Amino acid sequence: MNKVVSKRQFSENVVGLDIEAPRIAKARKAGHFVMVRVDEKGERIPLTISSADVQRGTITLVIQKVGVTSRKLTALEPGDMVHDLVGPLGHATEVKKYGTVLCCGGGVGVAPLLPIVEAMKAAGNRVISVIAARNKELVILEDQIRAHSDEVLVMTDDGSYGRKGLITEGMESIIEREKIDQAVIIGPGIMMKFASLTTKKHNIPSIASLNTIMVDGTGMCGACRVTVGGKTRFVCVDGPEFDAHEVDFDEMLSRLNGYKDEEQKADQEYSCQVDKK
Amino acid sequence: MDNRADYLKAERSAEWREALRKTMKNKERTAQLRVHMPEAPAQERARSYVEVNSGLTAPIAMKEASRCIDCPDPTCISGCPVNINIPKFVKNIERGEFLEAARTLKETNALPAVCGRVCPQEKQCEANCFYTIKLNAEPVAIGYLERFAADYEQNSGAISIPEVAPANGMKIAVVGSGPAGLAFAGDMAKLGYEVHILEALHEIGGVLKYGIPEFRLPNKMVDVEIESLRKMGVQFETNFIVGKTATIDDLREEGFKGFFVSSGAGLPRFMNIPGENLVGILSSNEYLTRVNLMGASRQGMDTPVMRGKRVAVIGGGNTAMDSVRTALRLGAEKATIIYRRSLEEMPARVEEVKHAQEEGVEFLTLNNPIEYLGDDKGKVKQIRLQKMELGEPDASGRRSPQPVEGSEYLIDADTVVVSVGVSPNPLIPQSLPDLKVSRWGTIEVDPETLQSSIPDIFAGGDIVRGGATVILAMGDGRKAAAGMHQHLQNAR
Repeated sequence: MNKVVSKRQFSENVVGLDIEAPRIAKARKAGHFVMVRVDEKGERIPLTISSADVQRGTITLVIQKVGVTSRKLTALEPGDMVHDLVGPLGHATEVKKYGTVLCCGGGVGVAPLLPIVEAMKAAGNRVISVIAARNKELVILEDQIRAHSDEVLVMTDDGSYGRKGLITEGMESIIEREKIDQAVIIGPGIMMKFASLTTKKHNIPSIASLNTIMVDGTGMCGACRVTVGGKTRFVCVDGPEFDAHEVDFDEMLSRLNGYKDEEQKADQEYSCQVDKK
Repeated sequence: MDNRADYLKAERSAEWREALRKTMKNKERTAQLRVHMPEAPAQERARSYVEVNSGLTAPIAMKEASRCIDCPDPTCISGCPVNINIPKFVKNIERGEFLEAARTLKETNALPAVCGRVCPQEKQCEANCFYTIKLNAEPVAIGYLERFAADYEQNSGAISIPEVAPANGMKIAVVGSGPAGLAFAGDMAKLGYEVHILEALHEIGGVLKYGIPEFRLPNKMVDVEIESLRKMGVQFETNFIVGKTATIDDLREEGFKGFFVSSGAGLPRFMNIPGENLVGILSSNEYLTRVNLMGASRQGMDTPVMRGKRVAVIGGGNTAMDSVRTALRLGAEKATIIYRRSLEEMPARVEEVKHAQEEGVEFLTLNNPIEYLGDDKGKVKQIRLQKMELGEPDASGRRSPQPVEGSEYLIDADTVVVSVGVSPNPLIPQSLPDLKVSRWGTIEVDPETLQSSIPDIFAGGDIVRGGATVILAMGDGRKAAAGMHQHLQNAR
């Protein structure tokens, strides 16, 4: 059992939790994730570690309310327990001096992007971050990203904050202007697909951090498998980061929808239960 | 080994054993027929998680035990990977001392209720029974009797905890809580070590929990045996991935003097044929984990599972049988085994194949999938199968299947479970670059002591053997405990 120490509400649907996990806090690096099971009936879901405080022995997870498990998690308050938390999992991001790195984060993907932005900056790179969200409400961690970037461009779909437009438009405007040596892309599957197409067009080496369905997160089941460069890879042990230009995003998106009906049904049932209370 | 022979001899000449042998002539003993295991009716059980084998009653167990002639040279023991004193526990059942029988099992076996259920006795103890070897008759039902004694003890509420030596002040870690790790932990605790089991998942038990279904091995049986280990002082830590949460070096700094790696062969194999990543195609590990560990079939649990109407399971091992029978219980209208050899070559236990057939599983043998076809949403719809014929025997001695040219055809399936084997889990070898591993990814160990190329690290079970059996893993656990004990005592 791991105790929730503090909570931060980023927006109506996005919450940051600091959770006690001293060993994970000490061992984790940028790019790592954890598997979380919120209660005894819970499923196991993967969440990327957004930051960690070794002194306090906590890790920070940023969660967006999208279904039953994320509702349960975002409802937790300081003092509550997370039933199971295991990690750090996956390979850490390959951080080195590339030159100029374009860090692209969509929606809640900005949270896992943050430790990579920090690490890239610390490794001596010029870091340009493009963070995107549907609207002003959903822009998260802007100040933290800014603190470790040479430049930040905020994009919103509806223009309610920053520049109006999709992330790819923001990326294009920077690529037009200066030479980019490496790109990092994290966000919803569909955003990663189009962001990857954008950097591919300009021959910019890119990594994407994939967010597939997982069960155990330790290589045991293959629920998270994706096709990369024509080969089947397991995101949990071979990834979660891969060469973005080699990933079959269409297959990944279709696999992500594999349990859509069940998820919707469970969410409705859960809503009814919560309403009754 | 001489000690062992002397011990067996001394036990056999115990007064009660002498007396019991005289109560019945060997001719009378051998004239009796082997008992049949009562089973839940196929129609009922195929749609529920009730345990298929219902166990023996006391009178029937006593009668079956009387078939054993208490051989002077009990060959059955050599067939048991953990060397249970089989005649001693069987004779205790014959005289009605069921708790004593259970205690005998626990001298060498940390998980008798498990082994009595899942061991392939027909290839082990029972294959070496006097009846099998000399009389060409059906062997004493050693597995059923083991299960009977273990269950009797569990239900009696008088569970015996093996004696534990005074603490010797040495701390050792077990990586993985499957059968190998549990057997190792039991022996080391008896020797007075402070044993910490570190498990990656949120439950203890490894394949006993996530793999083998309730209808073959109820989880509560496993929990009772784990509780016994806890009472012996074994400490369990879940959600701990050695190599990730902490490295072996971190643990050495924390004072651990020895490590037993029993992390298993959890990595599923796929066939790498077109369409294998379509939605609805999953490994048996994923399928069984969702149902057994995560409770996906139960009301109120958050984990979902594919509930197909037409489910095809690829493979012919026990895992394939567990998967296809699980499919029936999840409501499949048609559940089919697709296997590239014939029924005779199937590696699954004969009993499991028989149970599957009774429950209505269809067997498509001498068939192999070569492609999966999906609908416009990327969900599997059909399988392209190729017929096979058996050619010459291969290196494993089995006749190798050859494709029949021009025999391809399509069948419908909305869920496919791929059960074509597992590879060793790479997490530990990856985190220890100096550890010697084979080209298959298994850890290389000394066959006698199970010590690896790193002196304080021992290994056993599937991480050494590749995919094998529960009881072989337990045998390794016991062997490694002896090996590590020797090593640590020498180092003192």
